Amino acid sequence: MKIVVCVNHVPDTATRINISSDQKTLDSNGVTYILNPYDEYAIEEALKTKESIGGEIVAISLGKEANKETLRKVLALGVDNAVLLKTDEILDSLSVAKSLANEIKAQEADLVFMGKQSVDFDNSIMGQLVAALLKFNIVSTAISFNLDGNKITAEREIEGGKETIETTIPAVITAQKGLNEPRYASLKGIMAAKKKNIEEKEITSTNNFVNVLEMKKPIAKPAGKIVGVDSSAVPELVRLLKEEAKVI
Amino acid sequence: MANKVLIYVEQRDGNIKKSSFEVLKKGSELALSLNAEVEAIVIGNEINNLENVGVYGVNKITNLKNSELASYSVSAYSELLNNFVEEADADIILLANTSMGKDLAPALSVKLNCGLVIDCTELDVINNNIIATKPIYAGKALTILETNSPKSIYTLRPNVFTVGQISNSIAEVITKNIDSVNLSNKATLVTKTEGKLDVTEADIIVSGGRGLKAAENFGMIEELASLLGAATGASRAVVDAGWRPHSEQVGQTGKTVSPNLYIAVGISGAIQHLAGMQSSKFIVAINKDKDAPIFSVADYGIAGDAFEVIPALIKEIKKNNA
Repeated sequence: MKIVVCVNHVPDTATRINISSDQKTLDSNGVTYILNPYDEYAIEEALKTKESIGGEIVAISLGKEANKETLRKVLALGVDNAVLLKTDEILDSLSVAKSLANEIKAQEADLVFMGKQSVDFDNSIMGQLVAALLKFNIVSTAISFNLDGNKITAEREIEGGKETIETTIPAVITAQKGLNEPRYASLKGIMAAKKKNIEEKEITSTNNFVNVLEMKKPIAKPAGKIVGVDSSAVPELVRLLKEEAKVI
Repeated sequence: MANKVLIYVEQRDGNIKKSSFEVLKKGSELALSLNAEVEAIVIGNEINNLENVGVYGVNKITNLKNSELASYSVSAYSELLNNFVEEADADIILLANTSMGKDLAPALSVKLNCGLVIDCTELDVINNNIIATKPIYAGKALTILETNSPKSIYTLRPNVFTVGQISNSIAEVITKNIDSVNLSNKATLVTKTEGKLDVTEADIIVSGGRGLKAAENFGMIEELASLLGAATGASRAVVDAGWRPHSEQVGQTGKTVSPNLYIAVGISGAIQHLAGMQSSKFIVAINKDKDAPIFSVADYGIAGDAFEVIPALIKEIKKNNA
């Protein structure tokens, strides 16, 4: 089985966001970058799948030279090979998906895992776009995954519950937290990753349909009031919620 | 120049979802601003009260119908929606940003090779163009976006756009029976968490954090939530500790929510949590530490012990409801 995992290099979720002077991009000064948290579950599921049925895992990341740091971490976890689709340009989701899909096709992969969402732009559609481009089946926001021959049974999270999906490979699975317990890299894995080659390729699609006119910070909420201390403040709180806010 | 706005109406169990009413109303308003036609499509089997979409300003809805379409199949729904959009020659397609909308919208954007803007919290018409606002980094920043393709797709964040009657019309319902459906990718079983509201769809959320000290202490959070008709939420710390399911997690690696009222109990307010809930209309914080960051976004705060304040709050609300 040839498995691809798509991974993203994103600002740490603890980062405070500042906007560049162009008012269109993130000011990356002082920002720590991490492997996209949801991609950890995607990698773990790829590793588990390989462990049970054998095969090869290739990680693909699209972005700048700095994405290699994240690819290196992914290799340390046990992924076999890594490809950087290198670009300094800002691309919309569909352009990114087209480049990823082309590389997945070139890799002749049957199964693709990625995080259900990248915590930078929060679009949560990359897996669905890639699946549609490749005419692969899709299970988005997966919280369980089982492969039996070419048959997939997976659960996905929906509003107020979950649904069981039955489909077949080739497929794209987007990972939700809860899918598995991601492992840590072993020392041996970290040492081995240092020697592995990260292949660099040019991207294929740079035609954006969605353009950023402006990036800004939301208007800060004015500080509220402390209604009081301890349970003596409760009657006043309920009055405010009923009469001032009118929300209960 | 947009000529036609098409709204995808989502049904589950034969009922139209509230988030779709929000999209219908916003869609009919956009069509008016763009001087464009507007119509709706719904995929399913027996669906209740379709003619009611008229009250949101949409006078025509097509129901693509087959008994196999009663429950969701991404392969079948996607194919049918994609074909319908091409036939109807719609330029602007709107969906709710739900688990279903986030499957169908990307597949449609590949089919039409067009711009897709996900999770919009504002849509304005300026010089006949749609300008969308979309939060990023879980709401720590906003982007203002424009598409440059002839057709465009937008998904609207639930609970942000208001829902309300704007007309007295009854919509024309056109039923099209579908002969064969592609079920290569299908939901075979849907499990609802009994009696639970989802945090992304609730008007009120009562959320608990580490200040509650143990999983069993969430009983009072659930009691307060059920009293208010609210969903229960949780901070990342308590989800990671296994006290609450991940589906309840609010914040940057959980869900971004914007209910009318968000009550944070024993949550200190890590930046990832604040990002996920700060767009709530009203925020109440109950925390022992009066310097906790959660108070910086709260409209109303009580500095106090949750174990004392919450039972008192439950009692007071019961007294008021009596």
